[in-house]
Amino acid sequence: MSETHQYDAIVVGGGHNGLTNGAYLAKSGLKTLILERRSFVGGAAITEELHPGFSFTTFSYGLSLLRNEVIHELELTKHGFMPIVMPTTFAPMENGDYLLLGPDHDQNIKEIMRHSPKDADAMDRYDYDLQRVLQYVKPIFDRKPPNIFSKNPEDLADVRWLLNHLGKADKKVIHDTVRLLTGSIADFLDDYFESDIVKGLMASSGITGTKLGPMSQGSGLVYLYMTIGEHDGALGSWSFHKGGNGGVTQVLARAAQAYGAEIRLDSAVDHVTVIDGRASGVVLADGTEFTAPVVVSALDPRRTFLELVPRRELPSDLVETIERFRFQGSASKVNFALDGAPRYPALGDRTDQYNGFINIGPSIEYLERAFDAGKYGWYSDRPYLDTCIQSFVDPDMAPPGKHVMSCFTMYTPYELKGSTWDAERENLGDTVQRTLESFFPGFSDLVLHREVVTPLDIEQMTGLSEGNIYAGELLAPQMYFFRPAPGWSDYRTPIQGYYQCGSGTHPGGCVIGSPGRFASQQVIADSKL
Amino acid sequence: MVLKVLTTPFHARLSELSETGLYMHWAGYLTASRYDLSAKHEYFGVRTAAAIYDLTPMYKYWFRGRHAQRFLEGILARDVRTLKVGRAQYQVWCDDDGYVLEDGVLFRYAPDEFLLTCAEPNLGHFAQLARGFDVEVIDAQSQIASLALQGPRSKVILEQLSPEVADLAYFGILQTKLAGHPVTVSRTGFTGDLGYELMMSNDSALPVLDALLEVGGPHQIRPFGDEALSMTRIEAGLPLIHVDFESARFAFNDHQRFTPNELGLGWLLKGIEDPSRPFIGRRALLREQSEGLSRWATVGLVLDWKAYFDLHESNGLIPTMDEQVAAWETMLYDSDHARAGWATSLMYSPMRQAYIAIAKVRPELSAIGTIVQVEHTVNHEYYMVPAEVVPLPFFNPPRKVSMT
Repeated sequence: MSETHQYDAIVVGGGHNGLTNGAYLAKSGLKTLILERRSFVGGAAITEELHPGFSFTTFSYGLSLLRNEVIHELELTKHGFMPIVMPTTFAPMENGDYLLLGPDHDQNIKEIMRHSPKDADAMDRYDYDLQRVLQYVKPIFDRKPPNIFSKNPEDLADVRWLLNHLGKADKKVIHDTVRLLTGSIADFLDDYFESDIVKGLMASSGITGTKLGPMSQGSGLVYLYMTIGEHDGALGSWSFHKGGNGGVTQVLARAAQAYGAEIRLDSAVDHVTVIDGRASGVVLADGTEFTAPVVVSALDPRRTFLELVPRRELPSDLVETIERFRFQGSASKVNFALDGAPRYPALGDRTDQYNGFINIGPSIEYLERAFDAGKYGWYSDRPYLDTCIQSFVDPDMAPPGKHVMSCFTMYTPYELKGSTWDAERENLGDTVQRTLESFFPGFSDLVLHREVVTPLDIEQMTGLSEGNIYAGELLAPQMYFFRPAPGWSDYRTPIQGYYQCGSGTHPGGCVIGSPGRFASQQVIADSKL
Repeated sequence: MVLKVLTTPFHARLSELSETGLYMHWAGYLTASRYDLSAKHEYFGVRTAAAIYDLTPMYKYWFRGRHAQRFLEGILARDVRTLKVGRAQYQVWCDDDGYVLEDGVLFRYAPDEFLLTCAEPNLGHFAQLARGFDVEVIDAQSQIASLALQGPRSKVILEQLSPEVADLAYFGILQTKLAGHPVTVSRTGFTGDLGYELMMSNDSALPVLDALLEVGGPHQIRPFGDEALSMTRIEAGLPLIHVDFESARFAFNDHQRFTPNELGLGWLLKGIEDPSRPFIGRRALLREQSEGLSRWATVGLVLDWKAYFDLHESNGLIPTMDEQVAAWETMLYDSDHARAGWATSLMYSPMRQAYIAIAKVRPELSAIGTIVQVEHTVNHEYYMVPAEVVPLPFFNPPRKVSMT
């Protein structure tokens, strides 16, 4: 029996956007094949048992931006979708004190008051002002970017929609939005807050995964991006999916398969076949061929444009733009299997502070100094850590009484000056462990297993160029109708039938699903022409 | 000040675990609204780990004696003869017109020994009907301390204290010892999840609770209160007195009364045609069935998330997802804007990622997939949000009944 090699659509890459895209295409009736290089789906959203009984979220670890449209249109709750509330945020301080925020608004105000009555008073105004900005930006975020370079009536209508929307908000909201989109998160926070711990905690969201410090222009945009998600309607809230973010991609895979999509593992795509400017299928690294009139790349822009197809098929200005597209991954992951719960001296034997994120970024200065190293090609001696002990909210992640801890680590530039990640990998692990030990005395004694994932490892394992977790930096010139390149933000490419659906397209990275969904809409619309 | 409300035998320990000090009154006892600052965290304790709910305020009645079965047969609407020793069954009992008085769970300890648990007092009703039967009706509310242990980890926790629990089937009962104390364990609950209920003497309450907390600690065991219980019971599709129905005994008119069929509990009436089992309300219920007299059907509703979002966003509001159960009835309309019924138990369901409700609709609107319009107020105006009729329960994990 020869296997069928003819499809209506082939999706290259079984990460969350590839799966989302494949699910939508299959749901629309297309015979769809999703090809994944590794022996499991998930891309950068995987959960692996790297130590017996301990499930590691090797890369991506939190959920907030996944769009409601994707959750409902793909009927994900039927397939086990389950975002678990993380009721607390814990921010240890270098003097041994802490900021512990929880689900009760008034308690949070009292807790902030311990650090600064001014900040406690400002919090409601800040939250309100930010919500107004998010409310204003969200419709733009949740719509395909208009093609401002086109003169066809549909594109002109999209531009008119945008201009109309932009003029709708009141002056303060528009001004706040522009200040966030163009300025630094440090400046924005200064208008409201004075205490280091409050500002450090909040500014941390302005640097996540990006080669920017909190004082850099552009960190406001990253902050906005990191807060535009929600958990069950709570804007800016993150959740932990059952089984980690690998749990999310398993749910997406089941949904895709339920709609009839076929997933083929261990199938690295060598190239997309192009005949007369049209995509006609793909050839795997082992020479196997599959044909389809539609090929969708879920890979990042560099791989989509410069590796999967011949450059001669692309306009040279596009090739140039993609060549200078900024990846420059600066984040790592250090994951631990722990023999028990870490102890925070000021809280004695309490562990309820571990039900959500634990933010090691106690001041803007701490974050900015961590960035200093990154600017000059080295990793931070005192890194910023966004950590969580997921086994507290999902006990299935570790054996009873034991824990698994995920530490998102910055800054760790992809290109090291004077060394390599192969040489520095375990030194980075030691640096992270030493930092944690300084906040949680005795931490190292709990460590049963450690996994260090540098930008190089991210690149090698997931294929994300230079280990950039968003498939390309979240910088203004690489966002919206410039993502990934001017004129090519509509999920199409210059090659007919060849599409892009990765996080290198609008709106961008995180487990979000929009690129996969928007791209599927474009494919389906084009197939009806 | 002297507390004039009773506390349960578990209170001494559970109150130490309360971060909120929030309690309500139920059947003369303090009952926790929530222990954690987040009821949702407690809810996820039930759905991902294991959680404890203090059930002691439940009313409990022993029925003991030669005629115990025959007596109950004539009162309870579900056939008691099918209840084997060592098993429990969900039950309702009705008035002469077939309207539900209450619901509860009946446990059969021995051929002549039953225990009924329910949320409201029923002693007078049963005692009055017991005349002429060799049956003793004993109010045991204050003699039995009871605790629900619910959630995917409940089994592994109990197994450590009593390995026999491994073989306990859904709605089975086991007499065992936990930490050296005699405990009746049943695989029952109000959460729609894998779970157990434990009954013991008051003296055993604290030692058993302490053993559970100790063994459960590594499994992230935590107590949960009424708010989280409501969320789980609505997802389980289980009706609650004073929310989804009223007792026919205390209703002022038939609008407040419902038959088992109207409450979606028609399945309990299996075998009602058999004339060898006359029970209170049977003839009215037979007539309801044969003449199609049901006024309402109980269905699950899932509100259209997109319509809900669009409605709020187009009115300049950020849509809220509130898992706090709406305390009021919400009106339903059909496609012709005619009254279709009403929804109770309306809340945002984390498992369905949408607002859900338990609703009464005109029977012709009860087919799965039917769309009804839910009245919803935005900016002081009434709007309609479409909702789809779905099967109950809303959440029904295989682990609830599985033996592995």
